Amino acid sequence: MNWSQLFTSSVGKKVTMALSGLFLVAFLLVHAGLNACIWANDGGVMFNVAAHFMGANVVPRVLEIGLFVFFLLHIIQGLVLEIQNRSKRKVGYAIPMGNKGSKWYSRAMGILGSIILIFLVIHLIDFWIPSRFGGLGQMYIDMSTHQIVSAGTPGAKEYHDLYGEMVYKFTNYPWISVVYILGVIALFWHLVHGIQSAFRTFGVTNHKYISILTVVGWSFAIIVCGAFIMMPISFLAGWIS
Amino acid sequence: MEHYNMNLTLKVWKQKDGKSKGGFETYQVKNISSEMSFLEMFDVLNEQLIHEGKEPIAFDHDCREGICGMCSMYINGRPHGPWQGTTTCQLHMRAFKDGDTIVVEPWRANAFPVLKDLVVDRTAFDRIIQAGGYVSVNTGVTVDGNAIPINKDNADKAFAAAACIGCGACVAACKNSSALLFLSAKTSHLALLPQGQTERNKRSLAMVAQMDKEGFGSCTNTGACEAVCPKEIEITNIARLNRDFTAAGLAADVKG
Ligand code: HEM
Ligand code: SF4
Ligand code: FES
Repeated sequence: MNWSQLFTSSVGKKVTMALSGLFLVAFLLVHAGLNACIWANDGGVMFNVAAHFMGANVVPRVLEIGLFVFFLLHIIQGLVLEIQNRSKRKVGYAIPMGNKGSKWYSRAMGILGSIILIFLVIHLIDFWIPSRFGGLGQMYIDMSTHQIVSAGTPGAKEYHDLYGEMVYKFTNYPWISVVYILGVIALFWHLVHGIQSAFRTFGVTNHKYISILTVVGWSFAIIVCGAFIMMPISFLAGWIS
Repeated sequence: MEHYNMNLTLKVWKQKDGKSKGGFETYQVKNISSEMSFLEMFDVLNEQLIHEGKEPIAFDHDCREGICGMCSMYINGRPHGPWQGTTTCQLHMRAFKDGDTIVVEPWRANAFPVLKDLVVDRTAFDRIIQAGGYVSVNTGVTVDGNAIPINKDNADKAFAAAACIGCGACVAACKNSSALLFLSAKTSHLALLPQGQTERNKRSLAMVAQMDKEGFGSCTNTGACEAVCPKEIEITNIARLNRDFTAAGLAADVKG
């Protein structure tokens, strides 16, 4: 069995999905951690500095390339897998099995993934493209005091005001917040099935570990998706400004 | 349990042959005993159809004691009907009550084409087994069964996996029409025992390759297979196969 036979086999495809999926899970942790800086409630100083680091330092930039490769791999493979699997039963049942035996979110991974994909495109247009290719306002921060200062102040450093963009989008366009929250809910169910499933794909057979990994999957999904959902809500509710 | 009789409406898939289109036919059966098995109820219906000069319904069955795996019927939206860990032939009419409508369909999967009515062609499973679901043993004198010590935990797991009767309910239940529960039962009962080690790598690679060729889908760990398996084969066998297959695929030494 050569490389291509391995990765194009039905089990090999699962392994690719699981590897890329877990990489994305790691990315989510970093992303949620960075975004949590908004709750410093310092007018966006900490958040903008952190976002600047991610855009300027070579390590996150290299990882970002990996992230795009894994995202594309996961999305394309996921959609192909879903289409292929659906084609394996040309004549369906008059009475579907429904929830007799499996959870709706386990069967809906393709649909949940597609919702995440739509959300992702909107998300990139909203924040990533302006932050990498311009279109954001500026903020000047005095690095010794960590205060926002006006342009031209001695010792001030210029930062893209990604935080300002977030405040602007989330407070002026409630529908963006709605799209965000729906996207994150889809992500939640995707993770609830995906995390434990990835470990089964890697061959965990021990019941003791499977049950703990299922709990880990639920906990991760609750904490990370909970944090993401609280972001637009925090702005809308005026907890941070 | 109290014995009772019931009248039922049956909606059964009728299809002349593999090429025809097929559709549901509705039948009435009367005075069915709650003590009958589901297949006996079908026997009563077929007798009735023969008396009326109509064609009986074709369905697969052999042992009628839950060990051969022939009785493939998808009953009211569940392979082998409503009872947990039970084949269609072991399902009894006390699972139903007077006036019920029961819908019976064949297994649905491209890899299991309908031959006639409720009979599907499950020979794809035989070809998967032929691809590697065996151990090669040079014949000679009979070896003492207890000569190789085997730990109890592995022996129990191997025995539980060996209970698979190849009925195909796992495929019928899976949204992806994946045969991985069946396949992993057939690899696990050998992979867990010393005698299965020699061909362990080759076996998982060859059987998965054959499964893919037969047109089954790819497993996404939904768990529907485990829920309907009449022999309660565990989904952890799939994880074992995933690990075996990946390790064997990575280790395989080929040129190019
Ligand atoms: C941040 C975003 C995402 C994360 C963290 C993520 C994570 C995961 C994980 C961990 C799995 C489980 C792999 C396995 O079962 O072995 C998975 C499966 C899957 N993902 Fe994603 N995913 C994301 C986005 C997407 C997107 C955008 C799609 C687009 C269509 C998608 C489609 C799928 C599909 C179809 C599966 C099922 C494959 C299977 O169960 O074997 N995912 N994902
Ligand atoms: S694993 Fe269970 S459902 Fe699948 S073929 Fe074997 S006995 Fe039937
Ligand atoms: S007829 Fe043999 S298992 Fe049902």
